Amino acid sequence: MTTHTEDRYYVPHGSHWPIVGSAGLLLLMVGVSSWLNGGDAGFYVMMAGVAVIIFMITGWFANVIGESQAGLYNLQVDHSFRQGMFWFIFSEIMFFAAFFGALFYARNMSIPWLGGSSNNFFTNLLLWQGYESTWPTNGPGGVGGEYEAMPPFGLPLINTVLLLTSSITITIAHHSLLAGKRAPLAIFLAATFLLGFTFVYLQGVEYVEAYEHMNLKLTSGIYGSTFYMLTGFHGMHVTIGAIMLTVIFFRVLKGHFTREKHFAFEAVAWYWHFVDVVWIGLYVFVYWM
Amino acid sequence: MSGMTTRHGPAKGIGRWLFSTNHKDIGTMYLVFSLVMFFVGGAMAMVIRSELAIPGLQFVHPEFYNSMTTMHALIMIFGGVMPAFVGLANWMIPLMIGAPDMALPRMNNWSFWILPVAFGILLSTLLMPGGAPAGGWTMYPPLVLQTGDAFPYLIFSIHLMGISSIMGAINVIVTIINMRAPDMTLLKMPMFVWTWLITAYLLIAVMPVLAGAVTMLLTDQFFGTSFFLAAGGGDPVMFQHIFWFFGHPEVYIMILPAFGVVSEIIPTFSRKKLFGHDSMVYAAASIAFLSFIVWAHHMFTVGMPLSGQLFFMFATMLIAVPTGVKVFNWVATMWRGAMTFETPMLFSLAFVFLFTIGGFSGLMLAAAPADIQYHDTYFVVAHFHYVLVPGSIFAIMAAVYYWLPKWTGHMYNETLGKTHFWASTIFVNLTFFPMHFLGLAGMPRRIPDYSTQFTDFNTVASIGAIGFGLSQLIFVLVIVTAWKGSKATDRVWEGSHGLEWTVPSPAPYHTFETPPKARIANEAFE
Repeated sequence: MTTHTEDRYYVPHGSHWPIVGSAGLLLLMVGVSSWLNGGDAGFYVMMAGVAVIIFMITGWFANVIGESQAGLYNLQVDHSFRQGMFWFIFSEIMFFAAFFGALFYARNMSIPWLGGSSNNFFTNLLLWQGYESTWPTNGPGGVGGEYEAMPPFGLPLINTVLLLTSSITITIAHHSLLAGKRAPLAIFLAATFLLGFTFVYLQGVEYVEAYEHMNLKLTSGIYGSTFYMLTGFHGMHVTIGAIMLTVIFFRVLKGHFTREKHFAFEAVAWYWHFVDVVWIGLYVFVYWM
Repeated sequence: MSGMTTRHGPAKGIGRWLFSTNHKDIGTMYLVFSLVMFFVGGAMAMVIRSELAIPGLQFVHPEFYNSMTTMHALIMIFGGVMPAFVGLANWMIPLMIGAPDMALPRMNNWSFWILPVAFGILLSTLLMPGGAPAGGWTMYPPLVLQTGDAFPYLIFSIHLMGISSIMGAINVIVTIINMRAPDMTLLKMPMFVWTWLITAYLLIAVMPVLAGAVTMLLTDQFFGTSFFLAAGGGDPVMFQHIFWFFGHPEVYIMILPAFGVVSEIIPTFSRKKLFGHDSMVYAAASIAFLSFIVWAHHMFTVGMPLSGQLFFMFATMLIAVPTGVKVFNWVATMWRGAMTFETPMLFSLAFVFLFTIGGFSGLMLAAAPADIQYHDTYFVVAHFHYVLVPGSIFAIMAAVYYWLPKWTGHMYNETLGKTHFWASTIFVNLTFFPMHFLGLAGMPRRIPDYSTQFTDFNTVASIGAIGFGLSQLIFVLVIVTAWKGSKATDRVWEGSHGLEWTVPSPAPYHTFETPPKARIANEAFE
């Protein structure tokens, strides 16, 4: 009984990737920490950690892709992957929820209170006299100095259009895959990750503009904090998503995925939609309202 | 005895553990890890209780004392209780639902092997300039921002614990939803599986929120953000809201699997079916739902609108209803049962009784006007130790005694087990019961010295704590000697039922490679 058949749930015989990943995390976390504490060597330890983690991710995924192509995964394994991806995305949503929660709390609670609302008359009178609650704000202490808020129409609107378009192109690619049309699948997949990388590039342009001409920085009080942390983590996720799309694209070129079995494609597509939905929340609450 | 064909045995040497994808090996590693952490955190508790045995400062510097309370909490919560339950889940869930392994075996390995890294980093802070974190496990700013070199290590170790928990929880959910034996419908699932399903959902929902909260601490400290800085428009109280949005569900993450364990053990030793299985499921789900809307009862004294206080007070009190359903059902299960009192049953009975005491003091704390008096006193310490020590930890011990014969193939020494039980139960009450009185009399928590009027109860508590600590050495002795005990049968307990008892003892390295029929197990009981 050494060969695996499709009717049996595939359980791998041990893997060295997780422990490599743990070693990478150890280097990364210790490196970042000592770097933040002012130790210069920490930076190199951190980069070594990043390298080990990239090596681990590449190797682990190569392993899984190989097993998938070898036909070791039956439908039940496919379901496990799907459900796992679903819950992973749910955990990501909750991560963003913490930062959206901070944004809403600041806008609806702490800033009005600093301005003297509710029973905080004396907070305003004695501690922050003359501060009127507004949004955007860098707080009663004017932390970070004068700045300009990021206007919603302009680059952010272009970025919204790019990301929404990419959601359509990935859907067209998905339908092409289901219909067995490989050429449009590849073309629309390529369009999707190109739109994604363009988004990231424009986000970078926006940051440079904000830092150099608007004095809008991470240190610009609660507005700068929420603006950069939310858009920053989102941009990081777009980058990861676009890299995953690229990987999927090359797998399509190699002839991977069938009409029936294409978990990795769908997982990336779900992730891409998740990134898109978060952006809509961001655009509405960070840029627009 | 279906599905017993052995594909291959365990790998040789250290590789068996480092590279393992086997749910039993990984479960064992989780359990051993949590036992080690239990003693590390316990040693810190001994430092705390030694210092508090008499008034005045005798053994440690106050800052080190603060490090001890902070580290004791972090280690016991994230390193002791949570990994113990994940270990039990790893071992038992596939056996209970007839699955060949956990759904995502490689990720399972990673979930475990992140933990030694996380706790290695956390424990290393004890040796750093500025000492280990000392601002309390709740990490409230601005106090926590005064931590020395340990600060980023603290934040990143929390991140790692979160990553480990989330991956573990995803694995549990997917295993339960996707890997059950064909005729095991959701409402046929054992209670331990059900409570873990709900717990895993809670974990995935709140661990990322904790990650977000500590990330904000990190950026406030090093990158000049203003999340918790009033001058910049932020608010230190905001951290408390985000933290407790994680923190309260976390409390149920540590107790729901305990409910599951006790719901397995009481029917076995009462030789009756669990009373009201479905109502237990709904009660656990209600508790989970309510856990998301009660967080601010941890912060009644911090300042919030009256409407907020009222909402969080009443929502909190509502939790007594589903919890009451559970306690009622456990008692009803025992009602007119043919009960015997082996060690797992003793721990479960103590759980029901002592956890309920912790529940009642929780109700007292839920009343906002009363809480203003109790807040940050030893009454709170008494409350949460009653739900965590004779609550969660007793349930973990009950589970170990209950399933140890299945894991090792040998019966443990019942006399030693009962000695361990009675010593633990007497000393745990000696430790924590006087703390109620201390709290009501006004002794504040997290202070290394106290007014002489509090001396008597503190001395009693310290004697109890040392006794409880020493009693746990019996536990280690029981586990070690279990490998030489008499052979266990497959069924192990006369009243046991469920799929895990249909496989041999010890459970073979691979079980249920082809799915069993759940009906077999049910008939065995009926």
